Amino acid sequence: MVKTIIEKVWDRHVVTEEEGKPDLLYIDLHLLHEVTSPQAFEGLRLAGRQVRRPERCYATMDHNVPTRNVETVSDPIAQKQMTTLEKNCEEFGIELAHMTHPDQGIVHIIGPELGLTQPGRTIVCGDSHTSTHGAFGAIAFGIGTSEVEHVLSTQTLWQNRPKTMEVKISGELGTGVTAKDVILAVIAKFGIDVGTGHIIEFTGEAIRNLSMEERMTICNMSIEAGAKAGLISPDETTVEYLRGRRHVPEGEAFEAAAAEWLALATDEGAVYDTTLTLDSTEIEPYVTWGTNPAMGTGISGRVPYASDYASPSDKEALKKAIAYMGLEEGMLLSDISIQHVFIGSCTNARLSDLRAAAAIVEGQQVHPTVTAIVVPGSRSVKRLAEQEGLDEVFKAAGFEWRESGCSMCLAMNDDVVPSGERCASTSNRNFEGRQGAGARTHLVSPAMAAAAAIAGRFTDIRKVPALQG
Amino acid sequence: MEPINSVTSVMTPLDRKNVDTDQIISKEFLKRIERTGFGKYLFYHWRFDSEGNANTEFVLNDPRFEASQILVADENFGCGSSREHAPWAILDYGFRVVIAPGFADIFYSNCFKNGILPIRLTQSEIDSLLADGQKNPIELTVNLEKQTVTRHDTGAILPFNIDPYSRQMLLNGWDEISLTFQYEDQITAYEERMAR
Repeated sequence: MVKTIIEKVWDRHVVTEEEGKPDLLYIDLHLLHEVTSPQAFEGLRLAGRQVRRPERCYATMDHNVPTRNVETVSDPIAQKQMTTLEKNCEEFGIELAHMTHPDQGIVHIIGPELGLTQPGRTIVCGDSHTSTHGAFGAIAFGIGTSEVEHVLSTQTLWQNRPKTMEVKISGELGTGVTAKDVILAVIAKFGIDVGTGHIIEFTGEAIRNLSMEERMTICNMSIEAGAKAGLISPDETTVEYLRGRRHVPEGEAFEAAAAEWLALATDEGAVYDTTLTLDSTEIEPYVTWGTNPAMGTGISGRVPYASDYASPSDKEALKKAIAYMGLEEGMLLSDISIQHVFIGSCTNARLSDLRAAAAIVEGQQVHPTVTAIVVPGSRSVKRLAEQEGLDEVFKAAGFEWRESGCSMCLAMNDDVVPSGERCASTSNRNFEGRQGAGARTHLVSPAMAAAAAIAGRFTDIRKVPALQG
Repeated sequence: MEPINSVTSVMTPLDRKNVDTDQIISKEFLKRIERTGFGKYLFYHWRFDSEGNANTEFVLNDPRFEASQILVADENFGCGSSREHAPWAILDYGFRVVIAPGFADIFYSNCFKNGILPIRLTQSEIDSLLADGQKNPIELTVNLEKQTVTRHDTGAILPFNIDPYSRQMLLNGWDEISLTFQYEDQITAYEERMAR
């Protein structure tokens, strides 16, 4: 019987299935961080329970960590969360990449880097952007803290079988159009809850041509389309990315694993519950103008008019969003000035993202009214970028070059956008207050963020000289 | 976990679509290492201005809904971050039931782990509840055993559906981990099978 990769991976992880119950699903890899785990460990202790398979857990510190100086955490409550994680990992025998460890980074960036993320695995983490790992053909999804506790003590979760959805991106991407623009276009076109109850498989020529880092950007934001998870069938690109990474098999064992991974790809003729298609020639470099990730459009576009919407509630949502964002109906996106630029997050802080941004800023200067920071996604990304001299390119242009962490994506640490100010951000959420109370977030690709830093407003990356062959 | 079956209370009409978990509980309140005490931060930036004064326009500050245990909102409630602090804040504030046309998956699942009943009604039923409930407070009775919501103003009985597993968990207030331990042999057998 022909199957999608979603069904293949799901089926092989079902421990039991009974009438009237969800499937009991085995979890291969459990990633942990300081913010959503303390109550789970406390629950274990109160009930006198153990961690069933500590070797299937891996922890790091990312959400709260300072990005200026990692030796001192100014916020005592944040410090307590990190000390708590350290104690919990020690007590329960879980490997931890501490904030000062060379492997530290945003949990969804280091999983793939270390080769912990592999095709065919089930991967969970108390973080919605766990969908990132789906880029490798894993079923990876975010869970709440009660489920973190459940996985710690049983290595399983009760899960209803999700529906399957194919999102096919046909054709080739235009110059200056990136993976970030593809996923923003998908969300804008199909809606922020189109994926509810589904696992999305991204397919099509445009997806096949993407690097692993670009595929991670796509899968990362599946949750912003409401999906349980997003994934991409493994191919040679996947295998080559994983070859030689620390936690993958070596030699012949690697070749055997690679053959198994490739066999997971969706079978010819397999059927999805839903298929959606987007022609990549429709996709421009994107900018969000509103307060959820579907409220965006191409850089040549405008903020919508209320009259563009039929339903009163959509008109009301537009009005609320642009009032919060301090914008006017019908305003050109290229007329929006910004005061902050954040290049970072689990969406867009990998080496190729930093390279793309650096290519734009090289030899240029950050606009005098803009504060711009680069926060590499991991210490490894930071080291590699420095080896290439990218840090010097950014610093010479007037960017700050920081230590790795989640930083201004959710502004739990000191990296906060002040109220009423506007940020071009390579992160994943533009919700009200996401980057600080009253802060206004516009989601863009790294190249678009870099170009906005130079121009002081949004500008079409396709017209920037650095991209003109 | 506190079992839940029948709840009768005035409903709080929160007439918004796509309420994300960043609004339900803002990140500055995620640093606590306990599960309790989040209620005072629920919808913080909608309830209070930057000086900490109550925003009288916001429905949670309307004294008519003060004792409410039932929150009614529009589609895609709880989207965004997986933070379980969102249902913890909702519960700690005093809500036991959230009613909407649809919920984001992770939030929906998190509710069941905390004794909160998330109910899906049709868009037209919600539209009517939100419109009427903003004019005059509406008393509702929610019954999980019968899977019905009864409007005291019109007498209308609105059926809903919760999958049998989740229903049993809520009705009995079961600890899911204890239940899963009954499957320990199957889990071990699975691990042995996969190790081969």
